[in-house]
Amino acid sequence: MASQVRRDILRMVHAVNSGHPGGSLGCTDFFVALYFHIMERKDGFDPDGKQEDLFFLSNGHISPVWYSVLARAGYFEVSELATFRKINSRLQGHPATEEGLPGIRIASGSLGQGLSVACGAAQTKKLNGEPNLVFALMGDGELEEGQVWEAAMYAAHHKIDNLIATVDYNGQQIDGPTEEVMSLGDLKAKWEAFGWEVIESNGNEIESLIDSLEKAKALTGKGKPILNLMTTEMGYGVDFMVGTHKWHGVAPNDEQLANALGQLEETLGDY
Amino acid sequence: MTKFTYTEKQDTRSGFGAGLAELGRKNPDVVALCADLIGSLKMQEFIKENPERFFQVGIAEANMMGLAAGMTIGGKIPFTGTFANFSTGRVYDQIRQSIAYSEKNVKICASHAGLTLGEDGATHQILEDIGMMKMLPNMTVINPCDYNQTKAATIAIADHHGPVYLRFGRPKVPIFTPADQQFEIGKALHLIKGKDVTIFATGHLVWEAIEAEAELAKAGISAEVINIHTIKPLDVEAILNSVKKTGAVVTAEEHQMNGGLGDSVAQTLALHHPAPLEMVAVNDSFGESGTPDQLMKKYGIDAENIVKAVNRVLKRK
Repeated sequence: MASQVRRDILRMVHAVNSGHPGGSLGCTDFFVALYFHIMERKDGFDPDGKQEDLFFLSNGHISPVWYSVLARAGYFEVSELATFRKINSRLQGHPATEEGLPGIRIASGSLGQGLSVACGAAQTKKLNGEPNLVFALMGDGELEEGQVWEAAMYAAHHKIDNLIATVDYNGQQIDGPTEEVMSLGDLKAKWEAFGWEVIESNGNEIESLIDSLEKAKALTGKGKPILNLMTTEMGYGVDFMVGTHKWHGVAPNDEQLANALGQLEETLGDY
Repeated sequence: MTKFTYTEKQDTRSGFGAGLAELGRKNPDVVALCADLIGSLKMQEFIKENPERFFQVGIAEANMMGLAAGMTIGGKIPFTGTFANFSTGRVYDQIRQSIAYSEKNVKICASHAGLTLGEDGATHQILEDIGMMKMLPNMTVINPCDYNQTKAATIAIADHHGPVYLRFGRPKVPIFTPADQQFEIGKALHLIKGKDVTIFATGHLVWEAIEAEAELAKAGISAEVINIHTIKPLDVEAILNSVKKTGAVVTAEEHQMNGGLGDSVAQTLALHHPAPLEMVAVNDSFGESGTPDQLMKKYGIDAENIVKAVNRVLKRK
């Protein structure tokens, strides 16, 4: 599945010569783990998401991986992936609800907002007496936004323990390595100091990642929000894209696409 | 001719508090959030009666807007409470992306709007909020005029599915609308019929317009007074019907001229029925510390200035 999703990502961004392949490739294993192994999901799409687990993508620019996984999970036809970033498409550059794409519950892209949204949705689940969990993903560079820490403080204070937030810890952002652009410091210690239960995981080894997310689920319901500090490599799966910020928001050309696709097996059929 | 009188003054924010408390009793999906201003927003009654449906956010308005957006997923109807300044300019992008663009059923309830916040001064006296909010697609913008109308509007917006900006204020102002009114979003209210000029007013300036009308009547000028409590969607039909009759217009609001009610009325007239227009509003300036009455006089947004504006516009007919 992950190999096919990576093919989808590369073909989508190549087709419109825009989009964000680096973070999408790095988080592919996370999305596959979440949608095919971890989350409890109902058939079809319920915008209110009652009696099922919810996921919110805060770093909306990695929309290609989400769209691919949503399509592969049956929320819409995989053929629709061909409309990504094109006029009159439901697959907007950054995720949106206005066009009614199944699987998306709120717009994201302007960074720093998703954790707040996830906290709110988690509290509604508690008010409704639902046992389900809320998942969220943020970028590590995104942690430079102050609103993230407002939400972090809030979640611990209000004991939102049905929430598992993941940080894509790839050490890269648009202008370069995070340590050069804006040092993140000791993220584990920071989240712990904010009152979160922190687990660390490897986001590019799917079996161990599934184990880590299962462990995170076992930690819910104990009075603390859960933070999954997930190490990934930006561009994972394509040798010339790995570990650099250069492919954050740049699409491959024809030759590069052919090279990249040669490294990824077509397991489920391209869209 | 209807004459308006009052026996009591009350702040519009207390109307919000009373409306919220009533909603708490009748609608189990209503939840409330506040950014460390419970007393200022008069939310105590709701909180006392529904502690499990109230969420203290602390001084973190951006987070509050995101939380509210998230709470709608699963069916809750969140009412956020803080000052108008911190309900809009401080959190514009959060409202834009997570609430307006995402079509979330959030009610942004904003107190201490405009100059009449008073002594706190210009840092807190937002005069741009209507403009910011009305520019956002999907957003409804409401600015009621007194305690009763604010209470009725608070109750009404819970039944309207979609984002709403509800603006009210701090000072005690005359209560002159009925306690039992039904608030209809987007429906302008004809308060006084007239034939020479129409005064379209919103919020605290509606009472000022009523006082101005009485002054004008003494001088033999017949002014029509219409309460535009909903700035978006604007009641275009009511505006055009009145202006076709009177042929001259004055708008009155506690807001910047740029982006306010006057702007919306001017656009409507220019598109459909051009007519001379004067705007009573703050003219491209920040406020300052002072009492509400002093500030309204100094910045030209009281009954006296409405009378002057009517006299100017009548010369242009």
